[in-house]
Amino acid sequence: MAQVPGLIKGLGVTFGEMVKTLKPDSRGGGPVTVDYPHVKEDPAPRARGVIALHEENCTACMLCSRECPDWCIYIEAHKYLAPPRREGGKPRQKNALDRFDIDFSLCMYCGICVEVCPFDALFWSPEYEYSEPRIADLLHDKSRLGEWMETVPDFEAYEAGSDQKVKKVPS
Amino acid sequence: MTHLLASIDLAYWQSTLIKLIVTAILVPTTALILGIVFLFKVMSWMQSRKGPQEAGPRGLLQLLADGAKFVQKEDIIPDKADRFVFKTAPLVVLMSTLLLYVVLPASQHLVVENLDVGIFYALAVSSLSVIGILMAGWASANKYSLMGALRAGGQLIAYELPMVLAVVGVVIQAGTLSLNGIVEAQANGAIFGFSALGNPYILTQFVGFFIFLAAVQAELTQTPFDMPVAESEIVGGYQVEYSGFRFLFFFLAEFATAFVFAGIAATLFLGGYWFPGIDTSSNAYWLIGPAVLFTKIMLVAFLIFWVRFTYPRFREDQLQAFAWKWLIPIALLNILATGIFKVVF
Repeated sequence: MAQVPGLIKGLGVTFGEMVKTLKPDSRGGGPVTVDYPHVKEDPAPRARGVIALHEENCTACMLCSRECPDWCIYIEAHKYLAPPRREGGKPRQKNALDRFDIDFSLCMYCGICVEVCPFDALFWSPEYEYSEPRIADLLHDKSRLGEWMETVPDFEAYEAGSDQKVKKVPS
Repeated sequence: MTHLLASIDLAYWQSTLIKLIVTAILVPTTALILGIVFLFKVMSWMQSRKGPQEAGPRGLLQLLADGAKFVQKEDIIPDKADRFVFKTAPLVVLMSTLLLYVVLPASQHLVVENLDVGIFYALAVSSLSVIGILMAGWASANKYSLMGALRAGGQLIAYELPMVLAVVGVVIQAGTLSLNGIVEAQANGAIFGFSALGNPYILTQFVGFFIFLAAVQAELTQTPFDMPVAESEIVGGYQVEYSGFRFLFFFLAEFATAFVFAGIAATLFLGGYWFPGIDTSSNAYWLIGPAVLFTKIMLVAFLIFWVRFTYPRFREDQLQAFAWKWLIPIALLNILATGIFKVVF
C-alpha cells in the first residue's frame, strides 16, 4: 500500500506533461520536438555533426587513422623534398597528402580523431544533413571534408579569469 | 421511428447480413480510433512530442498508412512451425474480440444480440483469446514465443478471476446479468432518493471499477502488465514470428478489445448509453445512444491508456502476487459488502 501515493503522483506527471505539451503558454511548455523537414532543428554549437578537415595543417602523421576505433579514416601520402629554409641548408623532407577519406557509414562520432590531432587539422562541425541514397557516397574525400570547414563554429571563450588562450579555428 | 422500423420485417438472413457488414466495418474502425487518438496522439503528448504530422490532416491517417504497410509485407511462416495452427491463431484471437461486440448495447435496440446473460457471455468469450495466444506461441516453434504464450496464459487466467468477481458486485446490485438490464437499473436507480442522475454504479462499486480496470489492463497485455510481449525480455513474446497482415490481426484485436472492454466498463459502471434525464426506452437513443456510449468509452479508454503510458512493467512474480494477494481478496470483500448492503437496504 505504501506505493499508492507514488503511483498517483506518476499519473499526475504524465497528465501534467500532456497539458504542458498542448498548452505551450500555461507553464512555458510545448512539444520538445520540431516538424523536422519543415522546421530545421537548431543543434548545440559544439554538437558532433560532421568532421571537417583543414588540409594545410595536416602532416599525414596518421595519428587519427591509428586511433580511430572503427578504422574509418583512410590516409595516403608521399614524401617530397622542400627547399631549405636558409641559404646553404639541407632540403627539408615533407609529407604531401594524397588522400584523406572519412567513411561516415562506419564512423561512430566518438571524436577521438579530433582529440588526438596534434596539428589542429580536424574539427567538429554541427552540420547533420548529409545523408545519401547510396551508402558508398558517405565516404567523404578531402575536398568534401575541407568544405565543412566553413561551418565550424568558433571556439567558445573559457570561463572568466582563465589564463588559457582561446583556440582559433583556422580559415 | 419505432413504427417505421417495426414495419420493416427482415428475414433472418437479411438482418444477419446487415449485422455482419456493420460489424466488419465497425470493429476495425474502433481499433483505428483508439490507435490514433491514444497510441499516437495522447502518448506523444504525454512524452512532450507532437505525434504523427504528415499523413492526412494533423497526421490522423497515419495508422491507415501503417496498416497498408503491414498488408504489403511478406507473410513469413517459420520452417518448423505448425502451419495450420500458426495461421489460425490470429483469427482465434480476433474472433474472441468480435464475439465480445455481440452483446454491447448502443441503445435498447441497437445491439447485435440482446442476451439475457449478456455479461456472463462477454466474460466467457473474452477468455477465448487465451487459446489463440497459446496456439500462436506454441505453433511458432520459437522459445521466445512459447515463453510469451505461457506468460500470457498464466496472466490471463490469473486476471480472469478478479474481473469476474468485480462484475459480480454490479450484477448483485442490478439483479440482472443482461447488459441492457444493468443500464436500466442504473438509469432507474437513485442516490439517497435523488434520482436525476440515476445511480451509475461507479459511485457504489468504485472498488469493482478499479479492479475491473486493472484486470482489463492485464487482459489486454498492456503495460504495466505486458510481460507476454515484453520486447526487452522475450523479444516480442507470442508475436515474434508473425509478420504482415497476421501481425495486423493481433494489433487490431488488441485495440478492438480495448475498445469493447472500455465499452463494457462504461456499461457496467457509467450507465452505458443512458443519458441523464432521458428515459431508456426513448426513441432518441437510436441517435444519441451510440454517441453517449462512445463518449463514455473514450473516457474509460483514456484511463486505460493513461495507465499504460505511465507505469513501467511489473515483474512476473509481482504480477501474480498482485492478482492473487490483492485484487481477488479485495474483490471478494467487495462482493460480501455489496451482498450485505443489498439485503439490509
